[in-house]
Amino acid sequence: MFEFCTNPETLGDFQWFACYFTTGKLFNFYGSFVTVLVLLFITAPTALAFGFLGAMSARSHVAPVSWLGKAYIAIVRGVPDIAFFMFFVIALDQGFEYLRHQALCPDWDQPIRQGNDFIVCAQAKLPLSTSDQWVHEVYGFFLAVLTFSIVFGAFAANVLFGAMRAVPHGQMETAEAYGMSHRQAFWRVLVPQMWMYAMPGLGNLWMILIKATPLLFLLGVEDIVYWARELGGSINPRFTDYPHGDWRAQFFFGLLVFYLCFTRVSEIAFDRLSRRLAHGQAIATGGAS
Amino acid sequence: MKKLILSAAALALTAGFAAADGNTVRLGTEGAYAPWNFINDAGEVDGFERELGDELCMRAELECTWVTNEWDSIIPNLVSGNYDTIIAGMSITDERDEVIDFTQAYTPPDPSAYLAMSTDVDLEGGVIAAQATTIQAGFIAEKGWTLVEYATPEETVAAVRNGEADAVLADKSFLDTHNGVDGLVMLERMEAIGGGVGMGVRESDGELRAKFDAAIQSMKDDGTLNTLIAKWEVSSQW
Repeated sequence: MFEFCTNPETLGDFQWFACYFTTGKLFNFYGSFVTVLVLLFITAPTALAFGFLGAMSARSHVAPVSWLGKAYIAIVRGVPDIAFFMFFVIALDQGFEYLRHQALCPDWDQPIRQGNDFIVCAQAKLPLSTSDQWVHEVYGFFLAVLTFSIVFGAFAANVLFGAMRAVPHGQMETAEAYGMSHRQAFWRVLVPQMWMYAMPGLGNLWMILIKATPLLFLLGVEDIVYWARELGGSINPRFTDYPHGDWRAQFFFGLLVFYLCFTRVSEIAFDRLSRRLAHGQAIATGGAS
Repeated sequence: MKKLILSAAALALTAGFAAADGNTVRLGTEGAYAPWNFINDAGEVDGFERELGDELCMRAELECTWVTNEWDSIIPNLVSGNYDTIIAGMSITDERDEVIDFTQAYTPPDPSAYLAMSTDVDLEGGVIAAQATTIQAGFIAEKGWTLVEYATPEETVAAVRNGEADAVLADKSFLDTHNGVDGLVMLERMEAIGGGVGMGVRESDGELRAKFDAAIQSMKDDGTLNTLIAKWEVSSQW
C-alpha cells in the first residue's frame, strides 16, 4: 500500500502496523463488515414485510389464510435457527436448481439424485459454474438474506400480531361507526397505532439479528467472525511478510467493541423512534387501557 | 401448467445469476493449512496446493477458479455442487471414498506427528487435540484416548499452547510451521496413518477425475511434482 512497505522487517512499530493494516487480507476483513451491515439493512425491512404479511394473514377472517399465517409463525419459531440454516438453505438452493432443471433441460434422462450427489444439468446450475466468483458470493448472500428474513419474519409476525391486538378495540369500533370499511379502519386506525406496541418487541429482534450474523458462515458467506479467527491465528514468517503470534484475542476484542457500539447506537435510535411513535397517542403515558 | 408457472417464476428469480457459457472448474480449499493452502498477505489462496492446482489445470487445459470453504462442510458442499473438486490436503480414506471419489495421490502417505509443550507428555493418559473429521481425530478416537476436536487447524495448536490439550496430532508438514514457536516441541513418536493426499471429486464426475489423474501422472513423470513438494516442504518425495 505505502511505499515504505517493501521491506516490513526493517520498519518501526507504527509503520509496521500501517503496512499490516493495509494488506489485501485485512481488506477482506474490512469488506466483511460491509457485508454484515448490508445484510442487516436489507434483511430488517424484508423480515418486517414477511412479519407484516404473516400477522395480517394470521388474523384474517378467512380460515385457510389464517391457518397458513399461524402455521408459518409456529413452525419457524419452533425450529432451531441452526437447523433452519443448515437444511433449509440447501433445500431452497436445490429447489431452485430443480425447477430450472425441469424448465431448461427437458431431455435429461439421468436421475437427479445419484447416491449422495445432487445432479442437475450444467445450464440449470445456480449460479452457473462459469460465473465469476462475485456472482457466487452474491447468490450466497441472496440466500442468506432470504433465510434470515423468513426466520426473523416469523418472530416479527408474532410481535405484530400481538401489537395489533393491543390496540384498544374501541378504536376500531369508533372507526367503523364513522362509516369506514373494515379495510379502511385497519389501514387508517389500527396500523398507525400498533407500531407503538410493536416497538419493544421489534427492538429486541433487531438486537438478536445483529448478534445472529455470525450464522452467515454456515451459508458460506465469510463474515467478520470468520475473518477475525482466520487473521488472528498465528502465522509463520515462511508464509507472510507480517509474521505474528496468536492475535485472536485482539481481533475478537475488536469485534466486541464493534458489536457493543453498534447495539448501543441501535438502542438510542430505537428509543427516539419509540418516543416519536408514542407522540400524540391518547394512551401514551397512561399504559394500555 | 402449474409446473411451467413455477419454473418460469424460478427462472425469473434467478436469471440474474446466470452468465455466459464456458467451462470453469471450481477448486475448493480450506485456506487455513499452511504450507498446503493458506491466505497470503494479498488475501489470495496460496501455498503448495495453489501452485499444484494451477499447474494441473494448465496441463489439463481447464480454466480454474479458487473457492474457500470451512473444513467441516467441505465434502457436503462438493457433493451439492458448490465447487467441483476438493484440493485441501485431504488424505484418501475408505470412509471418504464412500461419499466422494479421489484422484490418484499427489503426495505419498506420510506419518502424522505430535506437537506438545514438553517431550515427556503422556499420550495415553493425556488430552489430545485434533481437527474435527480428520484422519488424526479418527485415529485417536479409535485408540480410545481422550480427544478434543476443533474446527480449524489453528485452534488445535492454540489448545496445546494454552493448556487445554497436552498434545496435538496433525500432518507433520503443518506442525513443522509451529515447531519451536512459543516452546512447542515435536515428539519422536509418529503415527503412520492415511493413504496419501489426493483431489476429491464427485462420484458422478468421472471425466474430470480422469483429466486430473492424467495431469498428476504427467507431473509425477517429469519430476515437477517432486520439485513442488520440495519447495513447500509438504511431504516426502515420490
